[in-house]
This record gives sequence, structure tokens and C-alpha cells, in this order.
Amino acid sequence: MSPTLKAYAIRLFPQVAALAVILLMVSIAFPGFFRLEMQNGRLYGSMIDILNRGAPVALLAIGMTVVIATKGIDLSVGAVMAICGAVAAAAITSGHSLAMTLLITLGTGILCGLWNGILVAVLDIQPIIATLVLMVAGRGIAQLITEGAILTFNDAGLIFIGSGSLFGLPMPVVVWLAFGILVALLVRRTALGMLIEALGVNRRASMLSGVSTGVLLIAAYVLSGLCAALAGIIAAADIRGADANNAGLWLELDAILAVVVGGTSLLGGRFSIAASLIGALIIQSVNTGILLSGFPPEFNLIIKAAIIVLILVIQSPRAQSAFVFLSRAGASEKKTEQEAK
Amino acid sequence: MKFKIALASATILAASMFSAASAADLTIGFSQIGSESGWRAAETTLTKQQAEKRGIDLKFADAQQKQENQIKALRSFIAQDVDAILIAPVVATGWDEVLQEAKDAEIPVILLDRTVDASKDLYLTAVTSDLVHEGNVAGKWLVDTVAGKPCNVVELQGTTGSSPAIDRKKGFEEALAGKDNLKIIRSQTGDFTRTKGKEVMESFLKAEDGGKNICALYAHNDDMAVGAIQAIKEAGLKPGTDILVVSIDAVPDIFQAMAAGEANATVELTPNMAGPALDALDAFLKDGKEPPKWIQTESKLYTQADDPAKVYEEKKGLGY
Repeated sequence: MSPTLKAYAIRLFPQVAALAVILLMVSIAFPGFFRLEMQNGRLYGSMIDILNRGAPVALLAIGMTVVIATKGIDLSVGAVMAICGAVAAAAITSGHSLAMTLLITLGTGILCGLWNGILVAVLDIQPIIATLVLMVAGRGIAQLITEGAILTFNDAGLIFIGSGSLFGLPMPVVVWLAFGILVALLVRRTALGMLIEALGVNRRASMLSGVSTGVLLIAAYVLSGLCAALAGIIAAADIRGADANNAGLWLELDAILAVVVGGTSLLGGRFSIAASLIGALIIQSVNTGILLSGFPPEFNLIIKAAIIVLILVIQSPRAQSAFVFLSRAGASEKKTEQEAK
Repeated sequence: MKFKIALASATILAASMFSAASAADLTIGFSQIGSESGWRAAETTLTKQQAEKRGIDLKFADAQQKQENQIKALRSFIAQDVDAILIAPVVATGWDEVLQEAKDAEIPVILLDRTVDASKDLYLTAVTSDLVHEGNVAGKWLVDTVAGKPCNVVELQGTTGSSPAIDRKKGFEEALAGKDNLKIIRSQTGDFTRTKGKEVMESFLKAEDGGKNICALYAHNDDMAVGAIQAIKEAGLKPGTDILVVSIDAVPDIFQAMAAGEANATVELTPNMAGPALDALDAFLKDGKEPPKWIQTESKLYTQADDPAKVYEEKKGLGY
């Protein structure tokens, strides 16, 4: 194994292990879990559901990872999803073409990101407050666009993005996989990723060493807005309507959770998009697992919280050092045993 | 001449006294919670329509989900000395003081759609639907439709712990009690939303042999049913025939689904709470007839036989 690949494997190991354990647990509770079949030219099964239903959070997590790496946070993504879903539905029902609708919607997401980015980078407002503004106002904006009702549409093209399939995979899965790979390549095959990490660790120092931190910060929030726009389109296309009250509700928290479960520190600096995406899948596996297991709904949140606490405890620095200590103790015991022999 | 003036003024006085006793020329304050849902918007539209039909001057106040705004609105209605107050209370507690103020000013208050935890003599009457009864009507329809054949039912509950979710579940289970052919095999929350309704239905379909094991779906609201219908279609089954779909609320979109044969029945939660309320008020002001403390609105059952396409046309302009 090449050194970089090995580094990747070590970095992603806790997340992959947690995901594997959860999938195993679900398959014990629900035996048919791993069954996959082809139906109407697309893969069909619970595993595909996890990839498909996890699409919004996975997309949000991509943008959120980059924002968190800059030592920021974007609370507005759920509301931006609602705005963009509403914009997409309004545009398509007022007779715009699909391409035009997507352009307008993604543009709206970028605009929302610009707003956040300017508040954070230019006006120097703390990210949690700056993005709280749009989080609160955004749902109102979305409601204004839909006039409080669920704005439904019947455009086959737009619906395809939510429930069509490409290469046997549901379209939302294709979108988040492709976008995730694109962004990961962009930040890791160029110096961008390193610059973002530098900015997150010490904004002043990186500015003094010639990084244009302002532009970079704004770009991070714009990326997050773009991701939210994609997630909003998928969420609206999935139910063939824009639900301003509920689209993306609380998903900003799930996205932050996905990033944290993915092992990226909220203090900024080193980040991994792949790990965040696995984090998003972990959250969705828990959700789908609970639904499949047939527990009464009163248990949903408790089970989810318990599993997440467990994952976070295992990942915590104290637990990590305890593991290291225990494994060393075990190793030295073996050694003494051997020496005794 | 003097006599004539005196007579005229007496007539005017009498007329003005009497006018308070007829529905026309009434001024009524309406404190609405806000516009958090399509149903709420339809309720506002219908209340305004009902007032206009009866020649009532309706003063409308939108509380934007805040109790303090509603209390402020009630105080301002009392200060304006309106003839009656309609209120859809956002929460159940904390109304005693302002209701007492209205009582002291001799302004009757009618509660719409929700009730309050306050002494019953502080308000004239409450007009609400019976949530348990709604679930019961849905359950009865299913019992009658399957007519003794074995049937596995899956249930999409509303938001866990909310009163519509608890009561609509209870009413449905009451209707199914003792019917051994009907079994609720899975029940999970869909949070009253389309997205969750679709997601949960997908998992039901996977868990129950691709849906072959499911004969009917009961959803606590239409939005979840609309989401679930899409999930059923994507699983290659026909909603409405392979899996019966019954839900509650009667929002316009479910009538579109019913017209397409993809949903079977819905129980109406009527947004016309103001109609019965104003009728009761009219009787009270005219003849002093005290209405009962609770007026139950009709929970009407709509099926595919009720010309869903026409009902859709009627409903879609109400702001749902």
C-alpha cells in the first residue's frame, strides 16, 4: 500500500468501522437488509434506500465540511434548502425550461452563500450568528415564495432528479456521489484544501503569508449554499412539491453531526470530505434501521441519540488514548509472558 | 314637530339597539394563530368568506404563532368594543385573565379549532372537530371496505406525542377493535410531512416482502399519504388497488390522487369552523339561546365515488 493510501485508510478507519457495525446491527434486527435486486432497471433494496434518503444530508455535509474547516459553521443550510426548493417549484410551474429552472435555483443557492460569506468575511460577524440570520429568515422567504402552501409540479425532467435513476442508481445518489468526488478532487488535487486548513487553524497567520482569506472564506460559504441548493432541488423533486415549512427542517444539525461523526474538528483545520460523507451514511443507516426494525416511534430519537453518543465516545481523544494505553498494556503483558517462558 | 323628532330619535335608538341583535352590522374580532399550514390558511379564507356572506365587519389579527400577540389582539378588540370575538388559541394555557376581561366587557368569545384550559363560563362555546372520531370514521371505512377479508394495515402516525397523532390513532384502533381480519402490522411516525411519509413507507414496503404483505395504509394526514403513494408507485405496486389508502384532512392534493384512483378515502377536517360558530353566535345574540359548550364539526368521509375532481376544483382556491 502506498503511503497516501495507508494514511487515508487510517483516517477513515473509525468511520468505516462504525458504519459496518451499524449495518450489521440493522441486519440482525431485519434479516432481509442486505438483499439487493434489480427492479425496473434500477437497484432496489434497503442499502439503496440509505444511499438515496441520505442524499440531502450528504450534500449538505460536503459544504458544511469545508465551512467547518475554515473554523466556521453554516446554520442556514436547512432554510436555504427550503428557499431553493420553493424557487425551483415556482420557476418550473411558471413555465421556465428545466435548464433555466436549475440555473435559477443554483444561482439562488450561490446568492444565499454569498450573503453568509460576506457577513462572515467582510463584516467579520461570528459565523454562528451570521448564518443564524438566514436560518431564521430563510424559511419565511420560502413561505413567501410558496404562499404558505405546498407548491406541486408535474415536470417530468425535474421529477427525474428526485426519483429517476442513472446507471441503475437513484438519481440523488448519482448527484451526491459525483458532487462529492468533484469537490474532494478540487480541494485535494490543488492547494485549495491546504489553504482552507491553514485559514481554519489561524486566519491572521495565513493572511500574512499571502493567502487571500476573504475570498476563500466567501467561497466556502458559497459552496455550502450551492450544496444546499442541490439538496433542496432533490428534496422538492422527491415529493414533487416544495414544502416550505418542512423541507430541510433541522437538517443543518444532521449535516453538522455528519461532519463531527466524520472526525472533522469544529475548531477548524484538517478536514475530510470522504469521512463526512460516511458520517452522513452512518446517520441515515441509523434512521433507516430504526424504521425497518419496527420499534414504536417513541423510541426513535432515544435509539438515535444512544448510537451517536456511543460513536462520539469511541472517537473522543480520551477514549483513543485509553485504547492506545490498553493495547500497549496488552502488548507488554504478552512480552513479559514470552520473557517468562 | 317636537313629537316627530322625538319619535324619529326613538326609532333610531331602537334601531341601533336592535341592530346589535342581528347578524348584520356586527363587528367581530378574529384572532388567528398564523399561517403555519395550508389548512390554517384555508380556515382564514373561509372565516373571511363566512363573515362577508353574513355582512359582518371582521377585524382580522394574525398572531404569528405567539400567544402574547393573541392576548394583545384580544385586548384591542375589547377596547374597540366589538360584538364578539373568535379566537383560534395557539396554546391551551394562560387565557384566564384576558377571557375574564372580555367577560367583564360582556363580549362573547368563541374558540375555534382548539380548546383552552380555562373555566368554561369564560367563553361562549368551542367549535372543534373530534380527532378520535376522525380516526374512527377512517377505521370504519376500512372495516366496511375489506368486508371480512384478512387485511394487514400499516399506519403512518403524525408527530409523536402530538394530540392529533394520539387521538387519530386511538379512534382508528377503536374502529378496528374486535375485527380479527384487520391487523396493524407496522406503525411509525411520518411527522405529518410528505418527505417522511415517503421515506417511512419505503421502509414498510421493504420490511413487508416488497409490499405484498400490506393490504392497506392508514395515514394520520393527507400529506403523508401523498408521499407514501409515490413510494408505493416506485416499488412497482398500484396504490388504491394493490394497497388501499385512507387518510385524514381532505386537502386538495389528496383529491387529485383520488381522481387518479391512487387514494381511496379521506376524512375531512373542515376548515369551516367559522360557519357553525357564527350560527351559534347569531342564535345567542338574537334569542339569547346559550349554545352547548362544545360544537363538534362534521367529519365527512370522501371516497372515489364523491367526484374527487370536482371537490379538488372547489378546494384549491381556498389557500390550502
